[in-house]
Amino acid sequence: MKEFNVINSRVPRVDARAKVTGDARYTADLSMPNMLYGALLQSPHAHAKILNIDTSAAKKLIGVKEVVTAKEASPIKFGLSPARYDEMMFCMEKVRYVGDEIAAVAAVDPDTAMEAISLIKVDYEELPAYFNIFDAMKEGAMLIHDDYPGNINAEVHQEFGNVEEAFKQCDYIRTDKFVNKKQDGAFIEPQACLANYDMDGNLILYSSTQAPHYVQRILSMVLNVPIGKVRVVKPYVGGGFGPKASASTLELTACFLSMKTGRPVKMVFNREQVFMHSRARHQFFHELTTGVKKDGTLVALKNTCYLDGGAYSSFGIATIYYAGSLLGAPYKLPNMKYDGYRVCTNTPTCGAQRGHGGVAARAAWEQQLDIIAEELKMDPVEFRLKNIMQRGDVTCNDFNMSSLGMKECLEAVRDGSEWGKKKGKLPKGKGIGVACGFFVSGAGYPIYRSDTFHSTAMIKLSEDGGTADLYTASAEIGQGSDTILSMIAAEAMGIRYENVKIHSGDTDFGVDLGAYSSRQTLMSGHAVKMAGEDVKRQVLGVLSNTLKIPIEDMDIKDGFIIFKKGNVDFSGLRSYYIKEHRGWTDQPAGDKLTFKEAARIAYLEKGVVVGGGAYKPGELGGKYKGATVGTSPAYGCSAQVVEVTVDMETGKITVDNMTDAHDCGFAINRTNVEGQMQGSLSMGLGEALFEEVKFDPNGKVANATLGEYRIPTALDMPNVKTIIVESDEPNGPFGAKEVGEGAIMPTIPAILNAVYDAVGVRINELPITSERIFMALKDKEKK
Amino acid sequence: MKQIITLTVNKEIYEIAVAPNRTLTQALREDLNLLGTKEGCGIGDCGACTVILDGRPVNSCLILAVQANGSEITTIEGVANGRDLHPLQEAFVEHGAIQCGFCTPGMVLSAKSLIEKNQNPTELEIREALSGNLCRCTGYQKIVEAVKIASENMKK
Repeated sequence: MKEFNVINSRVPRVDARAKVTGDARYTADLSMPNMLYGALLQSPHAHAKILNIDTSAAKKLIGVKEVVTAKEASPIKFGLSPARYDEMMFCMEKVRYVGDEIAAVAAVDPDTAMEAISLIKVDYEELPAYFNIFDAMKEGAMLIHDDYPGNINAEVHQEFGNVEEAFKQCDYIRTDKFVNKKQDGAFIEPQACLANYDMDGNLILYSSTQAPHYVQRILSMVLNVPIGKVRVVKPYVGGGFGPKASASTLELTACFLSMKTGRPVKMVFNREQVFMHSRARHQFFHELTTGVKKDGTLVALKNTCYLDGGAYSSFGIATIYYAGSLLGAPYKLPNMKYDGYRVCTNTPTCGAQRGHGGVAARAAWEQQLDIIAEELKMDPVEFRLKNIMQRGDVTCNDFNMSSLGMKECLEAVRDGSEWGKKKGKLPKGKGIGVACGFFVSGAGYPIYRSDTFHSTAMIKLSEDGGTADLYTASAEIGQGSDTILSMIAAEAMGIRYENVKIHSGDTDFGVDLGAYSSRQTLMSGHAVKMAGEDVKRQVLGVLSNTLKIPIEDMDIKDGFIIFKKGNVDFSGLRSYYIKEHRGWTDQPAGDKLTFKEAARIAYLEKGVVVGGGAYKPGELGGKYKGATVGTSPAYGCSAQVVEVTVDMETGKITVDNMTDAHDCGFAINRTNVEGQMQGSLSMGLGEALFEEVKFDPNGKVANATLGEYRIPTALDMPNVKTIIVESDEPNGPFGAKEVGEGAIMPTIPAILNAVYDAVGVRINELPITSERIFMALKDKEKK
Repeated sequence: MKQIITLTVNKEIYEIAVAPNRTLTQALREDLNLLGTKEGCGIGDCGACTVILDGRPVNSCLILAVQANGSEITTIEGVANGRDLHPLQEAFVEHGAIQCGFCTPGMVLSAKSLIEKNQNPTELEIREALSGNLCRCTGYQKIVEAVKIASENMKK
C-alpha cells in the first residue's frame, strides 16, 4: 500500500469558500471601465436566403456604437474539427436554423443594444427546411450546405474482424432499434464573455469556456490577430458538460466589436439563446445486431447509426466516430462493424455532451444484452461477467485496457445492491436492472492535427519558500480540476495542500487543451506532477550541495525534509534562514528541517526556482481511419444497479435506488470522485426519464426554458450508493484516470432494464415518459 | 421615470433610483454591486437568484425592485459573519456540496430559510425546500447531506 499525505483524501475544494460566500467571480460578473454591451440578431427562420440587410436605422439609434454583419466580418470559416470548418461569424448568404447569427450591435447599455437589434431589417426568401434526418436525406431535398451531398455531413465505415462470417457461428442473433432525443447541456450559467482589444493590439477575452486553448486558436485564425497577442481567460465557469468546449460566434463577436470600437465589449446569452446555440447531445438512431453462442459468449456486433447533427459540424466528426468506437468494450468482442451517418438538419447544432457520442449507443446495447441474457436464461450479471474484459485486454478496435476494474465494479454493485436477493423476486411494479460502460481518460489526439503537448504546467516557489504558485492553462468548470491539480502538485513536491496556490484557465499560463473528454486529471495531472517533481529535485539539489548529502538520501514529505540515513545537523542552515527573516513571526522551530527553509536556501542560491512539466500521450491505438477517436491512454469504467417503481395505472416511474461503482484508477480526491458519479447519474436519469428538446413546426425550440425543459430536481434524484474502485492505471499520474463521463454510461440502460424487470415492457425510445410506458403496457395487454 | 426606493440589504440601508421595469436581481447586482446573486434564467425557473426577502426565499428575478421597496433582504454576501462562515456554508465546504458553484448562493439561501423555520428538517423536507433550486453538477445528494449536517451542528 502506497502512502500519501495529500492525495486519496477528502480535502475541501480550493474554491469552495469563494463559491459558498458569493465571492467567486463568473464571466457575467465582470465589467470594465467604458464597457459596451453587445447583442446578436438571430434568424427567425430555419432555412432562408438572406436577400438584403438594412442596418441604417439601427446605426442611427443614439447610444449605438457599431453594427456589424457578414459584410464587415471575417469570411474565414471556423468550427471544431479542421476537416469540417463550416461556420462563419455571421451568415453570409443564408441562415440554416432558428437562431443562426446574422448581425451584432455594440451599444452603451443592453437595452439600447436590444433596441438596435430590433431595428435591423432583413429580407429573407424562405427555403424548404428539414427538422428531422429522414426529410433531410430524401431524394431531391435542398442542400443545407453545398459541401454535404444528400445532407450527409460525414460517414464512417469500420469493420474489425469479419462480422458476416462471425454471425454464421452464432447460435442466437437479434436486432433492435433505439432512439434518444436531443438533450440540452442545461448548465446553470449561460455563456458570457467580455473582450478587450487594447491600443497595442493585444486581444483579451474573458469567457465561460471549457477550452481556452481552442478558443484562442480560433480567435487568432478568424480575426487575424497573431496567436501570441490573443489571451483567453476563463473565470469561474458555472458548468459546461461539453457544449462550452468550442469557440462560438458570441466570443468572436465580442472580440470583433471591441476591435471595431476600441472599447471593451460584454455579451451574455439569455436562457433561450443557450438552447438555440445548443452544441449539446445529438439525436442518435441506432440499429444493433448482436450475435452470441448459446453458452453466452459474445461473438459479433453490427451497429448502424444515423445522427441528427443540426445545422453545422461542431464536434460532430468526433461524435460520429464515438457512436461506434465506444461499443464493444468492456466486453471481449472479436467482431464489430460500424456504419455511421451524420446528417445535417435545420435545427440547432449538436456537439459534445457528457459521455460524448456513446451514451445512446450504450443504452441501446446494454438493453439488448439484457434481452439476450434472458433468451439464454442467464442472469444479466453473470452474462456480463462471462464476457468481461480485464486489465491488459485489447479491444478489436485497438483500445488498450491498461487497467480495467470492470469485473470489480460489476461485482461491487451486484453485492452492494443485494442483486441476488432482488432480481426476479420483487413484486410486480418494482424492478431492478444492471448495466456497464466505459469511457476515455482524455482523447489520445488533439482536435487539430499536431504534435503539440496536451498539457503544460509550471510551478514557481515564492522567495520565502512558503508558497508554491502553480500555473496551468487547464479549465476548472466545476468538475474540480483546480483542486485535483493542487493536490497532485502538493503530493509531488511533498508539501501541504494549503501551501499550493493555483492559477489556471489562462492561455498565458501555458498550453492545455481544456476540460473535455475527461482528460484533465490524467493529462494536466501528469504535467503538474512532473513540474512538482522538478521543483522537488531542484530544492533537494541545492540542499545536497549545502549539506553535502546525496540527493537520493533525502526526500520531502508533508512539508518536511526527510533524511533517510538518520539525523543530519542542519543548525547552520536554520540560523541562516532565521537571520534572513529577522523580525518575522513565523520562524521555523522543531527538530525537522522544513520545506520552507530548504526552499528559501534554494532561492538564495538560484534566484528563480521554477519547475516545469509537459505531457503528451505517446503513440496510441490502431492505424485504421478514425483510430484517433476513442483512443486514450486509459479507460475508466462503471457498473450500475438501479431499482425502480412503476405505477401500473399511470406509467409513472420512480427511481428508488441507484448503486454505482466506478473505476477511476486511483481517487485523487474521494469526495470529488463521488460528486462526479452522483452528477453523472443525475444527468443520465434526466435523459432517461424526461429531457427532450422539442421544436415547433417552424423549427424553433419550443421548450427553451428550464421550466419546460425539465432537468432533475432534488425531488427527482434518489440517494446514490457510490463505490470507488481503484485499479492503479499505469498511464495515469499516481494511477488516476477518468470519472467525469464514464459514470453516465450505464445509467440509462440500467433504468431501462429495471423498468422491464418491473413491468415487462421494453422501451426503445427515450425519454421513458409515463405515456410511453402506458402505451407499451396497453400494447402488451392486447397481445 | 426612475423611482427612489429603500432596501435594507444584509442589514445595510440603501437608497437607490431604479427604473420601474428593473428586477430585484438587476438592482442587487448592478446598482449595489452584490454579484453573489446569480442569474441563470431570468424567469424564475432555476433558483440561482434566490434571496431571502422579509423572511421568505424568493426568486429575485421575478420581483421588481420597486416591489421590494422597504423590504429587508439577505443575499449570499450577508450569510457569513465577517470571516466566519455560517454553519450551512461550513457544511457545504466540508461535505462536497459545491461543484461549479453557480447554484450555490441560491441553494444556501433556500436552505437557510428552511433551517430558520425548521431546526429538524427531514431529508424529504430538505429536498422539498431545495426543489426550486436547480443544480446540474452534484445530483443534489451532497447538498442535502450538508444541509442535514448543518442543521444538526446548529443545535450543538
